[in-house]
Amino acid sequence: MKELVIISGKGGTGKTSVTASFAALAERPVMADCDVDAADLHLVLTPEIRQRNDFYSGHEAVIRPQDCINCGVCMDPCRFGAVVEVDMATNGASFAIDPIACEGCGVCVWLCPTKAIDFPERLCGEWMVSSTRYGPMVHAQLGVAAENSGKLVTAVREMARLLAEQESRKLIIIDGPPGIGCATIAAMTGASLALAVTEPTVSGEHDLERILSLARHFGIPVSVCVNKWDLNPEMTERIENKAVQAGARIVGRIRYDRAMTYAQMQAQAAVEANAACAADIRQVWRQLEL
Amino acid sequence: MIIAVASGKGGTGKTTVSVNLARVFGNGVQLLDCDVEAPNAHLFLRGDLLVEETVNIRIPEVNSQLCNGCGDCSDFCEFNAVVTIAKSAMVFPELCHACGGCETVCRKNAIREADSRIGTVQTINAGDITLVHGRLDVGISSASPLVEAVKRRIQPELHAILDAPPGTSCPAVATLRKSDYVVLVTEPTPFGLHDLKLAVAMVRQMGIPFGVVVNRYGIGDDRVHLYCGRENIPLLLEIPDDRRIAEAYSRGETIVDVLPAYLGLFTQLRDSLLYRAD
Repeated sequence: MKELVIISGKGGTGKTSVTASFAALAERPVMADCDVDAADLHLVLTPEIRQRNDFYSGHEAVIRPQDCINCGVCMDPCRFGAVVEVDMATNGASFAIDPIACEGCGVCVWLCPTKAIDFPERLCGEWMVSSTRYGPMVHAQLGVAAENSGKLVTAVREMARLLAEQESRKLIIIDGPPGIGCATIAAMTGASLALAVTEPTVSGEHDLERILSLARHFGIPVSVCVNKWDLNPEMTERIENKAVQAGARIVGRIRYDRAMTYAQMQAQAAVEANAACAADIRQVWRQLEL
Repeated sequence: MIIAVASGKGGTGKTTVSVNLARVFGNGVQLLDCDVEAPNAHLFLRGDLLVEETVNIRIPEVNSQLCNGCGDCSDFCEFNAVVTIAKSAMVFPELCHACGGCETVCRKNAIREADSRIGTVQTINAGDITLVHGRLDVGISSASPLVEAVKRRIQPELHAILDAPPGTSCPAVATLRKSDYVVLVTEPTPFGLHDLKLAVAMVRQMGIPFGVVVNRYGIGDDRVHLYCGRENIPLLLEIPDDRRIAEAYSRGETIVDVLPAYLGLFTQLRDSLLYRAD
């Protein structure tokens, strides 16, 4: 069983669009949308949700106003500025915890002299198991300002592996998030291969170098393809040369094509809509040899 | 005024808007690149490096001479960053959230904090603009502490524009906290609208006034406009889908400098934002 993760560094290079087309081209894949922060793959693959699961991770601190003696001992030790002063008349106590700032570390809970701070489990989001026209899909939505995006990504990947085993499917295609932080790391670790989709811009070049460095750090082989390549052919070549020097393999180029967006608007992958760029995407797919 | 430029979806044009807005703000504006995982603003604004600072977080270290293996620290830790094995405790720095809790609960004074590097902050003099550029070390999971380090460089007497990371999770929220206004940049496509709704939920939950900029207007349809109308969200600006903009951007050029026809759009945005400050 192989896991292909599609990453970029830079946002908006075309990861989800390419993932959708790969879902159509692959033989019996499982799809995993690991961009749990701003998931979009479902807008093209139109999944039928079979199972919804709440994602609880970590805790959050909540002051019980009736037991708070307003001593303020919780305030300074909080490293995250989550203990705030509030109006006693409306809140029943002088202090409250800002749930957006609260990191769930438990220091205030431990310090409170009257044990007036509750520490319930935190609902961080939900994850779903669905079926699509190309196979099962695991996806998720992280709550606003939620922590633990890495853990939710890991939960999505574990479920995808389970489905692949149960249904004897040999390939998991992972739509990765932008950036190089915890969600991206969780999407990449242990993958068989990464495809870095980039764009022919100074920003694309800059962020590609960082994502390639991250992949090297984790020992994951990387292939690179420049999307919208004809917007700047010189930059495309420059990026490809740098990528090769960094140890990556070039698997093709995808031309700029407005039909990619038209396809998205019809909830179709580019290869389903017979966009001009479809030929380029098929070529990249072939080069990946999956 | 502190203006954060954010989005749900990546690649909608946050950096384009931030950089060009900073260019038209004129005298003494700060641009703080809070997208510390993938910072790009410095590619468009060249200038002299004034200061480069290493940013650390405080990570616990266990003194094995004093540690008696009681396990209080590992029992306390919510992040599985401290483990007690064979009468000693061990810290996993990459899991640590630097909350200070294990040091607080240790009864043997066996835990002490030390600096652990997460990235750098550079302050660059780019003409009228002071650029503060945060850069996370590759391999570090958590961006938020570095975002906070970048924001500590805000000089309150100047206007500040914050180039936020995409999304709605902790680094984006850390950027937006305590901003006066948020500009949400989107594109008129299904992905753009879907992710805009997530970003709108974020700023509403944070209670910060906001407006929307539609970039690459013309590539999709009017779904974003209809949504903003229904939700009473101010539509601050539309930037047309112009291949020349894409090409200038690809070369690291600022639109207001190379395509003067668009200067008016950004001065209009600036005036619109300053008006809302009053």
